[in-house]
Amino acid sequence: MIKRLFITLVLIMIAIIFLDLAVNYRESTSLSALAHYYVDQGPAEVGAANLVTAVVVTYRGLDTLGEVTVLFISAAGVGLMLRRDRKTGADENSDARMRIHKPSSEIVETATELLLPMVILFGIYVFLNGHLSPGGGFQGGAIIASGTMFLLLALPESHISRLLISIMESLSGFSYVVVGVLGVILAGGFLDNRIMGLGTFGSLFSAGAIPLIYAFVGIKVGFELSAVLDRFREDSDVS
Amino acid sequence: MNALPLSTIVLCSGFGLIMIGLWGMLTQRNMIRMIIGFSLLDTGIHMVMIAIGYVTGGTAPIIDAAVPAAKATAMVVDPVPSALVLTAIVIGLGVTAVMLSFAVRIHQTRRTLNIDECTESKW
Repeated sequence: MIKRLFITLVLIMIAIIFLDLAVNYRESTSLSALAHYYVDQGPAEVGAANLVTAVVVTYRGLDTLGEVTVLFISAAGVGLMLRRDRKTGADENSDARMRIHKPSSEIVETATELLLPMVILFGIYVFLNGHLSPGGGFQGGAIIASGTMFLLLALPESHISRLLISIMESLSGFSYVVVGVLGVILAGGFLDNRIMGLGTFGSLFSAGAIPLIYAFVGIKVGFELSAVLDRFREDSDVS
Repeated sequence: MNALPLSTIVLCSGFGLIMIGLWGMLTQRNMIRMIIGFSLLDTGIHMVMIAIGYVTGGTAPIIDAAVPAAKATAMVVDPVPSALVLTAIVIGLGVTAVMLSFAVRIHQTRRTLNIDECTESKW
């Protein structure tokens, strides 16, 4: 009872804070000084049409590297938590898996065969055009992982190679850092995108290293999220 | 009285989601429901951040034919909160995945999702 009282009290107090913030909130009518600089100088300095991408990949590139690291650690944590005990034996498990998974319907299987390449292609499109249109490495990676989800729903028995996932993941993560270090050597600083020519503004091969970085991020995120989904799938077999 | 500005509506919905999420995390005893509460809280915070970055009459900060670079500063919303939310979404996803794996593991070893039955770390 006293606990409920405390919870209500906490919620009421937070509600008062929020109410105060909401009532006194005034929509801003012009950009802040920092945003003004990014919008004003971004197209010339970075060459990316999508200014959010310019901020994420170049101005705040180190944050994005940290973000990729956090995602990697969480994927590793999920892998560690849902690790399968080797002792239970692989054969026994695969038998159990056969019994548990009902085969999915013909329609779902055919649709997956038809749509999976397109979903993955769309993911690649989204991360390659991250500097021109809404989208980017994380969004593209998430779309690729949704393709994996599709595959796991339609063909629960399908095997996703752990080795391939870890090789691709470490390779793309490593390349990302290499591109960042190249920025220190060839251009102004870590993750500077001007190691390659800025190209024509608004074309696919523009904005220096941004498409390259986003491709690495997209591949890394796609494989990482696929690995997480695969872990959750495998785990449901045992229990 | 004229209509509420767009960003105020988004801001208030965000605050509402934060409240619902907090309420869920504090009152629910089922771990999955607590995780759902966390996700709601997370989404609410993202909405608040996006609302703060809105500039009256602004459009997406993407330079193209409709938003020429020379006039962009007067036409676009703040790109910095958008970039921050992009980061926050990914981190939220990672945290949720780890929480769910904890829940799965606890369910495997104890056959329960009730947080009240996990008392070792309670003081």
